[in-house]
Amino acid sequence: MNADTVAAVQPAVQLEGITKRFPGVVANHDIRITVEPGTVHAIVGENGAGKSTLMKILYGMQKPDEGTIRVNGAEVSFRTPSDAIATGIGMVHQHFMLADNFTVLENIVLGAEPRKGLTLDVGGARARVNELAERHGLRVDPDRLVEDLGVGDRQRVEILKVLYRGARILILDEPTAVLVPQEVDELFDNLRELKAGGLTVIFISHKLDEVLDIADAITVIRRGTTVASVDPGDVTARRLAELMVGSELPTPETRESTVTDAVMLQVSALTMEAEGYRPVPKGASVELYVDSLRAEGRRLLLDGVSFEIHQGEILGIAGVEGNGQSELIEAIMGMRLAHGDISLGGADIASWSTLRRREAGIGYIPEDRHRQGLLLEASLWENRVLGHQTRPPARRGIWVNRRAAKADTQRIVQDYDVRTPGVDTLALALSGGNQQKLIVGREMSGEPKFLIAAHPTRGVDVGAQAAIWDHLRDARAAGLAVLLISADLDELIGLSDTLHVIYRGRLVARLDPSDVTPERLGGYMTGAITGTEET
Amino acid sequence: MPAGLFRALLTVAGAVAAIVVAIVISSVAIIAAGASPEAAFAAFFDFGETERSVVNGIATMLNRAVPLFIAGLAVAVGFRMNLFNIGVEGQYRIAAICAAYVGSTFTAPAPIQIAVIIVVAAAVGGFYALIPAVMKVTRGVNEVISTIMLNYIAINLAAFLVRGPFTGQRAEGQLTTSTPVMPESAWFPDLNWIFEVLGLPAPRGGGLWGFLTVAILLGVGLWVLLERTRFGFEVKASGLNPSAALASGVNPKKMIISAMVLSGAIAGLIGLPEILGDKHSFGSNFTPGLGFLGIAVALLGRNKPVGIAVAALLFGFLDRAQGPLQFANVPPSVIMIMQGTIVLLVVIANEITSRIALRREERRAAQQLGRNTPVEVAA
Repeated sequence: MNADTVAAVQPAVQLEGITKRFPGVVANHDIRITVEPGTVHAIVGENGAGKSTLMKILYGMQKPDEGTIRVNGAEVSFRTPSDAIATGIGMVHQHFMLADNFTVLENIVLGAEPRKGLTLDVGGARARVNELAERHGLRVDPDRLVEDLGVGDRQRVEILKVLYRGARILILDEPTAVLVPQEVDELFDNLRELKAGGLTVIFISHKLDEVLDIADAITVIRRGTTVASVDPGDVTARRLAELMVGSELPTPETRESTVTDAVMLQVSALTMEAEGYRPVPKGASVELYVDSLRAEGRRLLLDGVSFEIHQGEILGIAGVEGNGQSELIEAIMGMRLAHGDISLGGADIASWSTLRRREAGIGYIPEDRHRQGLLLEASLWENRVLGHQTRPPARRGIWVNRRAAKADTQRIVQDYDVRTPGVDTLALALSGGNQQKLIVGREMSGEPKFLIAAHPTRGVDVGAQAAIWDHLRDARAAGLAVLLISADLDELIGLSDTLHVIYRGRLVARLDPSDVTPERLGGYMTGAITGTEET
Repeated sequence: MPAGLFRALLTVAGAVAAIVVAIVISSVAIIAAGASPEAAFAAFFDFGETERSVVNGIATMLNRAVPLFIAGLAVAVGFRMNLFNIGVEGQYRIAAICAAYVGSTFTAPAPIQIAVIIVVAAAVGGFYALIPAVMKVTRGVNEVISTIMLNYIAINLAAFLVRGPFTGQRAEGQLTTSTPVMPESAWFPDLNWIFEVLGLPAPRGGGLWGFLTVAILLGVGLWVLLERTRFGFEVKASGLNPSAALASGVNPKKMIISAMVLSGAIAGLIGLPEILGDKHSFGSNFTPGLGFLGIAVALLGRNKPVGIAVAALLFGFLDRAQGPLQFANVPPSVIMIMQGTIVLLVVIANEITSRIALRREERRAAQQLGRNTPVEVAA
């Protein structure tokens, strides 16, 4: 496409000063994006940076509190996704929304069925779908059942579905997250054809190499706002990563090492199957069984993960999300069965229940505080009891010790600077940062020996972030062993004593955080650098 | 105004609004049925002329409310954990016939005899609820489906037992079959003395069933269990956020089993007020449908013992008017229309009021913080 003609026409999408607040949190703040027609425009940012809120706004699922949206020059206001569709905006969701027991054709027309009298105009629909598929090079057999299709084909069906409804602007939310590399190449070929056909594609991702490969323009979002619009020709992946993570953030540097010789947590050969846990057949050893799984080519979510964490050590795990981090946490917490050994302070805990592990001194700051960490519709003191319901001060015999629980919540509110009207306030009334500080305070209570901190500062403001880092550092100095899992590379490099990289369920590298750069770390995380282990 | 008081007032306001709208809708139904709404609503409050008939009316209302209250409690235990125990219906029927039969097979001092009957009823109800719980935990069978199916089995099994293995001597001139009549030591003492103390005549028939006291104790006990104990906390956590409960070491399978069994054990007691207080046997004319009504009562009472008590009394009050409505030439099915609309409207009102309360809480916290504390400092 010629650059001069692009400049002459109206932008396909123009967002001006979009701001969206949720109670206590600003999800988007003064977002400005201009998407030229007939281009692939990438929006990159970390998880939790506000990309999905922005897309929901653009697709009519949420209304912005401030700001204007212009589509092809005309100001629009969407109340529902139907309004967005009517304007020619279509969304391909990360998780496919297809009916498995319908054919491709049926799925595409579902909800927008062409009628002939009272019956479905199958012939007309097929002709139109074939014509669309032909024109955009999206080859799928319209009569196959969706359940028989692979992931790449399903995605093409989703794109066709959106095109069938007349979309000229396509939003693709993390489209490559579920694809293998060959499928990614095919998708990119499809996107190039769409672009050649004059369509506009908004491509959301945090995979920088892919973005540089496909995008004509890139907008970077960090902490809810647009921080830069760059041309992919002028930037390196490294520069993009810096823009995404932000190098002016307070650096979480740990001072002197407090690592001791005493091993607190030891994990060896932890392996988890994708298709659900199956017990090792009688007589076979775990190693042989796992080897046989590998030989059969089964997908392993965790593949022979081994590490040890000493008292006073923070062990960081770096990795692109979805490479086994959640599964590792669930295995250590005893929420999901896995093969291999886990021991805490010398005791084999692999067969223990989650409750027993917690009672033995494992604390857990979950990656998603609303899903795993809080009872939003319960008071703060009840949230203090959560996870400690069998231990003092929360418990007295069969009773919940309300007075002691409230008093101890008061202590957390003070020591951890939780901004709240009182301990009887419902957890949902607090801002994200204060909810997180409460969780950190709770998980540090009862003298834990080992703490899992998964994205401990995700979605919290800068002040709370610094406070949480301080608490982690203090606890480490006091002898706590910490497993830190984070997407924030500065946080990982700054806090960790040891750094492992997880890639496709394997620990692929062990790095020294004192001399690793985010760029090299990124190389290991994406599998670009392999093999060279160092200590 | 404290947040708790505000929430309570809001709930009451919502319920009152729902009842007013339900009255309006029922009036339309009454007019459509060709009767006069005034006559119908007068009938609800018409407890008769004499003191004795007023007392009879009150006893009828309370006797109806007690089983409904217990049924509401049984359903609420499941609801609190997002478990839909539709099987209360089957659980109470199978428990009732087993308890009535066991109670007729021996004679012991009254307290022991009655205690044994109560324990048998609770055990049978709990066991019958254990079946869907185990199916859910081990095989992931949805408890709604399995309990509905088990209801059919229980209802027909009870019908078979009362005609077959558990049948007793049919009394002269009786058309219904029933289990053997229990010895008098299994008759729960009535509460007619309350009326006598107040200088009123005792009600007719079985009078005011003494099981009312057991129901009150049960309600208080359940409140304590759910609101003050560790078990209650785990039930609440599992209901509010199952993933957080799991991550906190609450064993979801154990919770499903124990909540279902507790629900079933309470359900087992639903039939006892009638059996111990009035019929002294399980007959083919035993009151059906209490389990299903219990779902409505629990919804109306927002799964809280006090709310369930109020809801059960309201249902008892409406049901009592069966007779007076017929005298007033109003079809008594108006009662069911009213009950149905009240439940529907209260569910809507609950949703609205809880949203208002939550939003207010958020705003209040935000305001208070805005006033009292400085802006968050950046590091």
